Amino acid sequence: MYNFEFVKPATVDEAVAALQAEDAQPLSGGQTLIPTMKQRLNAPSTLVSLIGIDSLKGVSEAGGVLTIGAGTTHATVAAEAGAYPALAALAGGIGDPAVRNRGTIGGSLANNDPAACYPAAALGSGATVVTNTREIAIDDYFQGMFTTALEEGEIITAVKFPIPEKANYQKFEQPASRFALVGVFVAKTADGVRVAVTGASEEGVFRWTEAEAALSANFAPGAIEGLSASADGLIGDLHGTPAYRASLIKTLTKRAVTAA
Amino acid sequence: MPKDHGIGASSKRREDVRFLTGEGNYTDDINIAGQTYVHFLRSDVAHGTITNIDSSAAEAMDGVLRVFTAKDFEAVGGIPCGWQVTDKFGEPMQEPKHPVLAEGKVRYVGDPIAAVVAETPELARDAAEAIVVDIDELPAVVDMKAALTDGATKVHDDLTSNLCYDWGFVEENKAAVDDAIANAAHVTTLELVNNRLVANPMEPRVAIGDYSRGTDDYTLYTTSQNPHVIRLLMGAFVLGIPEHKLRVVAPDVGGGFGTKIFHYAEEAFVTFAAKAVNRPVKWTSSRSEAFISDAHGRDHVTKIELALDKDNNFTALRCETYANMGAYLSTFAPSVPTWLHGTLLAGNYTTPLVYTNVKAVFTNTVPVDAYRGAGRPEATFQLERVVDKAARELGVDPTELRRQNFIKPDQFPYDTPVAVTYDTGNYHATLDKALEMSDYANFDKRVAESKSRGKLRGLGVAHFIEACGIAPSNLVGQLGARAGLYESATVRVNATGSISVLTGSHSHGQGHETTFPQVIAEMIGIDESQIDIVHGDTSKTPMGMGTYGSRSIAVGGSAMVRAAEKVINKAKKIAAHLMEASEADIELADGQFTVAGTDKSVAWGDVTLAAYVPHNYPLEDIEPGLEETAFYDPSNFTYPSGAYFCEVEVDPETGEVDVLGFTAADDFGTVINPMIVEGQVHGGVAQGIGQALLENCSYDDNGQLLSGSYMDYAMPRASDLPSFDVDHSCQTPCTHNPLGVKGCGEAGAIGSPPALVNGVIDALHRGGYPVEHINMPLSPSRVWEAIQSMK
Amino acid sequence: MTEVSMVVNGRKVSGNVEGRTLLSAFLRENLGLTGTHVGCDTSQCGACVVHVDGAAVKSCTMFALDAEGADVATIEGQAAPDGTLNVIQQAFQDYHGLQCGFCTPGMVMSAAALLKENPKPSEAEIRDYLEGNICRCTGYHNIVRAIMAASGQDVPAVAAE
Repeated sequence: MYNFEFVKPATVDEAVAALQAEDAQPLSGGQTLIPTMKQRLNAPSTLVSLIGIDSLKGVSEAGGVLTIGAGTTHATVAAEAGAYPALAALAGGIGDPAVRNRGTIGGSLANNDPAACYPAAALGSGATVVTNTREIAIDDYFQGMFTTALEEGEIITAVKFPIPEKANYQKFEQPASRFALVGVFVAKTADGVRVAVTGASEEGVFRWTEAEAALSANFAPGAIEGLSASADGLIGDLHGTPAYRASLIKTLTKRAVTAA
Repeated sequence: MPKDHGIGASSKRREDVRFLTGEGNYTDDINIAGQTYVHFLRSDVAHGTITNIDSSAAEAMDGVLRVFTAKDFEAVGGIPCGWQVTDKFGEPMQEPKHPVLAEGKVRYVGDPIAAVVAETPELARDAAEAIVVDIDELPAVVDMKAALTDGATKVHDDLTSNLCYDWGFVEENKAAVDDAIANAAHVTTLELVNNRLVANPMEPRVAIGDYSRGTDDYTLYTTSQNPHVIRLLMGAFVLGIPEHKLRVVAPDVGGGFGTKIFHYAEEAFVTFAAKAVNRPVKWTSSRSEAFISDAHGRDHVTKIELALDKDNNFTALRCETYANMGAYLSTFAPSVPTWLHGTLLAGNYTTPLVYTNVKAVFTNTVPVDAYRGAGRPEATFQLERVVDKAARELGVDPTELRRQNFIKPDQFPYDTPVAVTYDTGNYHATLDKALEMSDYANFDKRVAESKSRGKLRGLGVAHFIEACGIAPSNLVGQLGARAGLYESATVRVNATGSISVLTGSHSHGQGHETTFPQVIAEMIGIDESQIDIVHGDTSKTPMGMGTYGSRSIAVGGSAMVRAAEKVINKAKKIAAHLMEASEADIELADGQFTVAGTDKSVAWGDVTLAAYVPHNYPLEDIEPGLEETAFYDPSNFTYPSGAYFCEVEVDPETGEVDVLGFTAADDFGTVINPMIVEGQVHGGVAQGIGQALLENCSYDDNGQLLSGSYMDYAMPRASDLPSFDVDHSCQTPCTHNPLGVKGCGEAGAIGSPPALVNGVIDALHRGGYPVEHINMPLSPSRVWEAIQSMK
Repeated sequence: MTEVSMVVNGRKVSGNVEGRTLLSAFLRENLGLTGTHVGCDTSQCGACVVHVDGAAVKSCTMFALDAEGADVATIEGQAAPDGTLNVIQQAFQDYHGLQCGFCTPGMVMSAAALLKENPKPSEAEIRDYLEGNICRCTGYHNIVRAIMAASGQDVPAVAAE
C-alpha cells in the first residue's frame, strides 16, 4: 500500500484535529479499509486511528435505548448487547472472530458497505447516529453505497438503538466473501415494523416499505406472502441475479418474522 | 490390532513439530543478505499490442536497481512446454512461444509486461506504477467455441488459428462408436461444463534467485513440487545454465495441488535478474497476484453420450470436449485433456467402445494446467454424471446400473478400449462397503424427515478409477512427454546404522518424512526414528521427477525400496563375512542378521560400522561403504478406485445445498500410514466439494477475471463441509510395484464432484423438480434458478 | 519511520516501522518470527492470526503502530520453554490436523482463542468459529477433531474408527 502518516489520538478532539490534515482518513478497526489500501484503491496521507480513544468504547442501556460507542468492536457488542439480542446476534455473525475483535460499529456505519450487516440493523431499528457535532436520524444517514451524511472530518461517536419489542436478522451469506448476499433486519416496535435490507441493492441498505406496511398490520410471515420484492436496482453479479436477490429478500423477511 | 510402527501404522508426523511451533522453513521465510525485491507490472487488459513502454521515471526513483522488459530477455528462451500432443491427423500441436516477459503483445490479464527490481517490495511496486505502458487493446478471445470460428481474433498471430490441437482417441474406434450409438437401444446425452478452478495452495508462490560471481553458481529457491524438473526446464531451455551450475531448492512448501509443478516465468526472472543486478532477487506473490499468475485448472466444455443395449449394458461412449489452454501452454497443459483424460473414459465399466475428441483452445486467459486429479476428475465427472442420468432415464437404481456394468473382480488384469490395462481392482467390494457405510437402506426415512422440515434430501453416488503413479517413461514418451517419469532414491546408511534417504519425491504436505521411514523401518527392522528423509534440493538428491499424479509412494517409494534392497543385499554380504557364513544363509529381521538355522547373529549397527570401518571386511569382494541409489521406472500406472456417496439437503426456497454426509470407500492397495491416507482423502474430497459447490473461476467477455480474490472465489470453509466417513479396507494391491501401493493423493478430488452433483439432482427429482443437470458450482443461485425453471 | 514497542511472547521488543507496516510484516521481517504466515490480502485466510492483548486478530489487517504497547502472542510462543507442545499443538499432531503446515499457525492461534471463550465447543461451534481460517489440505475434518480432543472431549483415535 501507499505510505501514510499514522496518528493515534487519545481523545475525540485530538482525532478531529488530526483529521483536518489533507487527505486524512479515520481508521476504526480497518477490517475493510486495510484490504482496500493493500489494493492501492485508497491512499490517505494521514491515517487517524480511533482505536486508542476510550470514550468511544462501550455498550450501555437506559430508558429502552441501547447506546454503543462507535469504537466498540463487533465482539464486544456480541457479548454485551444482551439488552438487544437481535443486535448482539447480528454483531456475532459479522465476518469471523478475528475480524470481530478489530472491526467496530462506527467503522462499519461510516463505510456503509452495501453488503455490511450493521447498516441493516441501524436502519431496521430506526437508530440515531451520534457524531462529534450532531445527531443524525438513520433515515437521513445512508445516502447510497459507501456514501453517508457524514461531513468531511466528522466522526461517529456513538449509535443509539431504540430497543424494539421483537427483532431478528437473517443473513444469507455470499459464498466467497461471507458478507451478506442478502441480509434482512426486521424490528417490531409500538410504532410499527421496519424491514431493512442489505446486500441486495446497488444503492446500499434500504427499507422494504410494502413489507413494513403489511407486517405492521399483521406481524406474521403470511402477511407478506402476496408481496414480492422488486428486482429493479438490485445487484446482479457472479453470486446471484437481481431476481434471485429479490426472492431472497422475501424468504429472509419471512424467516426473520418467524424467528423474531 | 493396528500396527504401531512400520508399514500400516498410523505413525504421527514428525514434520508437524516444526510446523506447529512456527519453525517451518517456507520459501518466503528465507532472506538472503543483500536481497532485492521484484514487482511485476502485469497487464490489466486481456489482449492488446504494446506500443510503448516508458520506464524512465521508474528507473530514476531512489532505491530502484533496474527495470526489465522483454528486450532484456531477447537472448534467452521461452518458457517451455513439457508435453507435445499429436493431433488426430498426425500433426504436432500448435505451440506458441511463451516469453518470460510479454513480447509485443499482452495475452491475458496478469501477463507480466515489465519487472522492477528495487531495495524493498513497496519501492518496487511504487516504481512499477510509474512505468507508462501504452497498449492498443484488441478484442479478447474468451469463449472457446467462439475462438474456433472463422475470422475469430487470434491469440497468437503466428499460429494458424486458436486451435492448439484436435485430438481423437481411439481414432480407429470412431466409426464403430458412431455406429454403436446410432443403433443403440438407448442413448443418454449430457452437455456439461467442468468449471475452471484456481488451485489456491495456502502458501502463495515465492521465488528467490541468487548468483555468485565468484563461482558462477546460481541458486533458485522456489515453491516447487519438483525442483529437478525446474532445474532442467529453466536451465536447459530458458536461461542456458548447465545443471552443475544451477541449484534449485524447494524447502517447506505450503501445498501444491498441481499448480506448483510448472515452471513459471517468475522463477526464470529472479534467476536471470540475480546475475544482472548481482544481488539476490526475491519475489513473493500476493494472493491477488496468484489468481492471475498461477496456472488455473479444469475448464472443459463437454458433450457426452452413453449407449446402452436393451438389457442396460453399456455398449459405447462418445465424448466431445473443448479444453481451455489459456494464452500460453503451461508445462504439462496439453497432456491433461488428452492422455490424463481420454484414457480414463472406460471408468469402472466394461464399455467396449470409447471415443473421445478433444479440441484444445487458446484464449486470452491465464494458462490452464494440471490441478489435483488433472484430466481424471473431468473424465470421472462426465462419465458418472451420464451414467446417473441413464439410470434415471431407464428407471433403474443408480448403484445397480453401475454394478451391472462393472468390470468383475475375476476380469483383472483388464484391457480397456482406451489403451490402459487395469492390473487389479474390486469395484463391487467398494460399492458394497459404501452402501453399508452410508446406510443406503434407510435413506428413504431420512428423505421423509427432511421433507417434514421443508427440505429436499438426496443421495449421490459416484465411482471412480484413476490412473496414477505416473508413469512408465517409455509409454509417456510415445504419448508426447518430453520428460521421463521415473523416480530416484539414494539410501545412505551411516556408520552407526542410521539412514538418510535422499528422494526425488517432494513433500508439500503429504508427510513423506514420516511415511518413507516407515517403509525402511519395516524392511530392516530398525526404529523409524533412525531414518530421515532428504528432499527438495537438487544439490543433495539424485535427479528426480517430483511429486504429482499420486506418484510419491508408488514411484518414489518403489525407488526407495529398490535402493534399500541393494543396501540390504550388500549388508548381507558383510554380515556373512562377519559371521563366517554363506551369504545365502543370511536373514535380516528386527535389525539383526542371523545365519539361518543357527543362533549366530550380528546387529544392523555392527554391519554398518564394518562397512565404514572395514578392518574385518571382504575388501577383495565388495567396496567399503553402504549407500545405494536406484531409479525406478514403473511398468504401468496404478489404478486406485472407489465408491463415493454424498448425502445432501437442498433448501428449495434459497437453493442452498447443505452437505450432510460424505462416504468414501477407497481401494488404494497397500496402505503405509492409514492416518495420512485418510487425511489425503479428506483434503481431496474437500477440494472436490469445493469444485462442485463453491469454487468458480470466471471471466467476463472482455477477459477480466471476475473471481480474482477470496472475496469472489469461494474457498471451502469448515462450516461448508461435513465430517467425512472414509474407509480403505478394500485393498487389491498393485501387482507391479514392490509395495503394492496405488497412491491416494488425488482420489478424493476425482470422485467427489459427481457424487455431490448426483446427490443434488437426486434431491431435486425426489422433491418434484426433475432438473437434468446444473453446471458446477452448484451455488445457491444456480440451484434456485434450476428449481424456478421447473415451476 | 517511527519506533514501535510491544511485548511479543513475553519479550519486550521494538523496531522502526513505516505507517503502512502491518503487524504481520513487523513480526516476520523485523523480529524474524516467520511462523506467522500471510496467505491472502483480503483478510480472509487467517494464516496470520495472532493474539493481541489476548484477542485473536489478523496480523495482516492491523498496523504495527496500532500494536504499540500491546501484548502479542504468536505461534512461536505457544510451546513450553523446553519445547513441549501445548495441548492444542499436541492434539493437532495426534489427530493429523495439519498437512502442509502453512495455515497451521493461524489455526492453532484461533483454536486457542476459541477454547478460551468456549472450553467445550461442539463440532458445529468449532466449524463456525473457524470461519476466518482457510485450510486447503485437510478438509478441516482432523482440525475439528484435534480441537475437540484438545478441549478434553472424547474423540476416536485417528484412523481407527
